[in-house]
Amino acid sequence: MNQSTWDLFLSSLGPIIMGAVTGTIPLALVSFAVGLALALLLALMRLSRRRWLSSIARGYISIVRGTPLLVQLFVIFYGLPSLGVLIDPWPSAVIAFSINVGGYAAEVIRAAILSVPKGQWEAAYMIGMSHRRALTRIILPQAARVSVPPLSNTFISLVKDTSLASLILVTELFRQAQQVAAFSQEFMLLYLEAALVYWVICLALSSVQGLLEKRLDRYVAH
Amino acid sequence: MSPTDLPTDAAPADAPAVQPLLTVRGLRKSFGSSLVLESIDLTVGRGQVLALIGPSGSGKTTILRCLNGLELADGGTITIGGEVSVDFGTAPVRKELTALRDRSAMVFQNYNLFPHKTVLENVIEGPIIVQGRPRAEATEQALTLLDRVGLAEKQGAYPFELSGGQQQRVGIVRALALRPQLLLFDEPTSSLDPELVGDVLRLIKELAVEGWTMVIVTHELEFAREVATEVAFVDGGTIVEHGDPKQLLRNPTQERTRQFLHRLLFPF
Repeated sequence: MNQSTWDLFLSSLGPIIMGAVTGTIPLALVSFAVGLALALLLALMRLSRRRWLSSIARGYISIVRGTPLLVQLFVIFYGLPSLGVLIDPWPSAVIAFSINVGGYAAEVIRAAILSVPKGQWEAAYMIGMSHRRALTRIILPQAARVSVPPLSNTFISLVKDTSLASLILVTELFRQAQQVAAFSQEFMLLYLEAALVYWVICLALSSVQGLLEKRLDRYVAH
Repeated sequence: MSPTDLPTDAAPADAPAVQPLLTVRGLRKSFGSSLVLESIDLTVGRGQVLALIGPSGSGKTTILRCLNGLELADGGTITIGGEVSVDFGTAPVRKELTALRDRSAMVFQNYNLFPHKTVLENVIEGPIIVQGRPRAEATEQALTLLDRVGLAEKQGAYPFELSGGQQQRVGIVRALALRPQLLLFDEPTSSLDPELVGDVLRLIKELAVEGWTMVIVTHELEFAREVATEVAFVDGGTIVEHGDPKQLLRNPTQERTRQFLHRLLFPF
């Protein structure tokens, strides 16, 4: 690597990290939070004894998981305007990613709820709890422990998937790299640099996952 | 007022000495097409201990679960304390079931402690969250009860840190803390290592002596003989016979009971 390449690497690190801090990371965090809330709702609908509720959830999950995220993103940003619905890049991205996370995380949460032994429901009922109280105080805290590893995977995937938002003009990590690359014509360097920054973010997230699991493990036998 | 409505202390000396706390009439339950309980009648007097014995799959655990509303019976009535009566023939509303459940507390075969809560939190969850009692009062009661079963110093431990016997004693304390009228035990020692069974049985015996009304599903015949005031042999969803433990366990009148007891006493 000669001096000028190294200089380009260093000088482009600023805008790329800026893209991560103002684009990629907040986009992933907001979408994940909204997506998780949606996923919990869908998981409960899916487990509901009311057939129509679980059918709606089942249909939603099937469509979201059965279509590409890029297509979902394009439908919202480039498709909806033809119906007169114009949404800015950032909110479009948040909507698309939240919908997507909702579909995937719903199945994770549903499986986690089902993994809590039936006896826990019974003990909760025995001490006089209602269904709702049993769910929130006894079942969900235990389900949360089980769902940390798979939900961490979902989150890490989401962080990387936010690069797709560059295609609907959101200024995030990858779009910054693209712009510098177009200007300097150093494609290999800039794209590898972008990859490196994604990797560092995901490494950090994995260690957060480790800490979280350790914390939630305090009541589990080793 | 008919004579049967008279309070027991006004009853003649030769009348049954105890007032019924639990009365079950014509209890029926099927799972799909298989009939699990076929018209069960039971009466347990205040302060008495009924032991339900019988082969596995006989329906004895289902009886217990119906009493706590964990299974919904298809027909029959359950009356606890004279005030709460639920008729399962007429699709009981949730409120009735809740009232029934409030009168009894159950100790499970697999303890079913809440693994994400400490010992103390397990005990005070019901009193504080469900019954709305003050935290200080519930905690004090919990600590007194834990102390009594020798687990006061384990109040901050999580269930996985306890032995099976300790977990089951916490399970019993959790039930007692609800201040129920009726205690239900579902094979409370069946999951325990043999050397830990004694502690739990001793505790249940103490509770019986103190006057708690209990229904116990058990395979411990010696324990039933010593602690129960009545034993009922359940088989094929019916109560085949019931009576005084010493009498029934030594000289059963029914052939099915005799065979069951023989199998238990001489397993091979």
